[in-house]
Amino acid sequence: MTLAASQAPPAPPRAAAPPPRPGPARRAWRTVSPYAYLAPFFTLFAAFGLFPLLYTAFVSLYRVELQTPGDMEWRGLGNYTALLGDAYFWVALRNTFTIGVLSTVPQLVMALGLAHLLNYRMRGRTFLRTAVLLPYATSVAAATLVFAQLFGRDFGLVNYGLGLIGIDPVDWQNGTVASQIAVSTVVIWRWTGYNALIYLAGMQSIPDELYEAAAMDGASRWRQFFHVTLPGLRPTILFTVVVSTIGATQLFGEPLLLEGSISGGISHQYQTLGLYLYEQGWGFFHLGRAAAIAWVMFLLIVVLVGLNALIARRRSRKEAGR
Amino acid sequence: MTALVRPARTGPSRAGRTLHAGPLAHTILIVAVLFSAFPFYWTVVAASRSNADLAKVPPALLPGPHLMRNFEAVLEEADIGKALLNSLLVSGSITLGTVLCCTLAGFAFAKLRFRGRGALLAVTVGTMMIPPQLGVIPLFMLIAELGWVNQLQSVILPGLVSAFGVFFMRQYLVQSLPDELIEAARVDGASTARIFWSIVVPIARPGMAVLGLLTFMAAWNDFFWPVVALSSSEPTVQVALRQLGGGYVHDQSVIMAGTLLGTLPVLLVFGLLGRQIVGGIMQGAVKG
Repeated sequence: MTLAASQAPPAPPRAAAPPPRPGPARRAWRTVSPYAYLAPFFTLFAAFGLFPLLYTAFVSLYRVELQTPGDMEWRGLGNYTALLGDAYFWVALRNTFTIGVLSTVPQLVMALGLAHLLNYRMRGRTFLRTAVLLPYATSVAAATLVFAQLFGRDFGLVNYGLGLIGIDPVDWQNGTVASQIAVSTVVIWRWTGYNALIYLAGMQSIPDELYEAAAMDGASRWRQFFHVTLPGLRPTILFTVVVSTIGATQLFGEPLLLEGSISGGISHQYQTLGLYLYEQGWGFFHLGRAAAIAWVMFLLIVVLVGLNALIARRRSRKEAGR
Repeated sequence: MTALVRPARTGPSRAGRTLHAGPLAHTILIVAVLFSAFPFYWTVVAASRSNADLAKVPPALLPGPHLMRNFEAVLEEADIGKALLNSLLVSGSITLGTVLCCTLAGFAFAKLRFRGRGALLAVTVGTMMIPPQLGVIPLFMLIAELGWVNQLQSVILPGLVSAFGVFFMRQYLVQSLPDELIEAARVDGASTARIFWSIVVPIARPGMAVLGLLTFMAAWNDFFWPVVALSSSEPTVQVALRQLGGGYVHDQSVIMAGTLLGTLPVLLVFGLLGRQIVGGIMQGAVKG
């Protein structure tokens, strides 16, 4: 190894070139060297990716406090039973679900429509595609602060606009439905364009012959959309539903910054599980309980994704049976 | 209404290429673009007004003269200068490190044969489905143990782990790097390291650029982990924005000025390289 290092190009030191002579040493290096290319990633991945993922389950069975993370006291399922007995856990679970539906469904439907339009031939198409992605460039923090201002009760632009068409001002921070709509709006605004581009990519991989055949059969644009585009996009749609579901389950920054409190409003009316986790862990210092919440979130995702996959499979089987 | 069918000789024309947008489609798209852009415009308006202006009915809809004054107030209240520098440092290191680690690993997965390749790739890709929050508590305990709380490496090192990046580079190299090229180089006696630096990297460069862009934006905008791992004395821009919105400051125009400062750098990147970002997302989606 030390012999080889002298003539190595500026490469990761372990991948240094062996002398170019055939032989068992070189062959041995051939079998080992691929791991040298994986080493930087997998070292970090093991330490900061995999280990924490697995260790969470362990932590969730202990009492661990933020100030003394070294002292762990066995609690068994105590953290989980405490959760089930906490009314705010159920509030957060319900909020996560309603905000998830409120943000994901309109977002994906609008993205689908936008993608269809962005797929048309027109001037400035690239510009339009880039422009709808613009919100993706902002951060959760920036977007939420701007929307919190727009949704202000007394001087917010949204209420002003509503006033122009004769609707009374809405208390976007304190109403349960209103605050959840406000949170969802931020999510919808940031992600619709992104999903539209993913749908657009999916649409472009649908073979043109299908459309030509449909057009020859006299299908209108509308029918083409429903009978060619939508079925062709099914895997893409499943992909976005899964990704958005995972995203919605973890919502954190939007509810935290709508008015800056970690309880998600006075009566926790828009506290999500992600924010509840943060409140328990870094507000009340219960890291063990926060780990239990993380596992509940994970199980929720597994169930939701499994459900999606099941529905998708059943639908495609039905399709195949026709 | 029948669709226009273009002659087949235009090549592999794609779905919808055959359709021209009508006035309705144009209108809807323009409205969508306005919705996308309006909050940015509003940030500029609110950041350049006094707080009193923002409390007027009807509200001001055009930019005002107070931008500089509000910027100064932000610099005073949240040390946004330091936050910008920290964000640049964090996002820059994460981008360089991620692109390098992921290209190395992506190359190995795409073109080298070794035992456990399939299993390792499956584990890597599998973790993409697991929410990062699941690992946050042990990660915090880990950096607490290492004494890294409130230090930038607590954000940088975990940021270098990108399963998506490995997968993205693998897909890129599977498609754009011909096996024959590697074989030829091997026959000429080149080592794998040599092949990596003089053949793989030049070919991978466009993919690396796209991954770098996406990584930079994600790192710059990351919120949850920096909020957990850092504090007001060593903030990234997002942590500083949280302070602004978190009740220390009640001046709306100052909050908006801070938001503007924190968003400008990434908007600049987006303005210059938006096309590549769009391409990268669409490419990643098809392959994912």
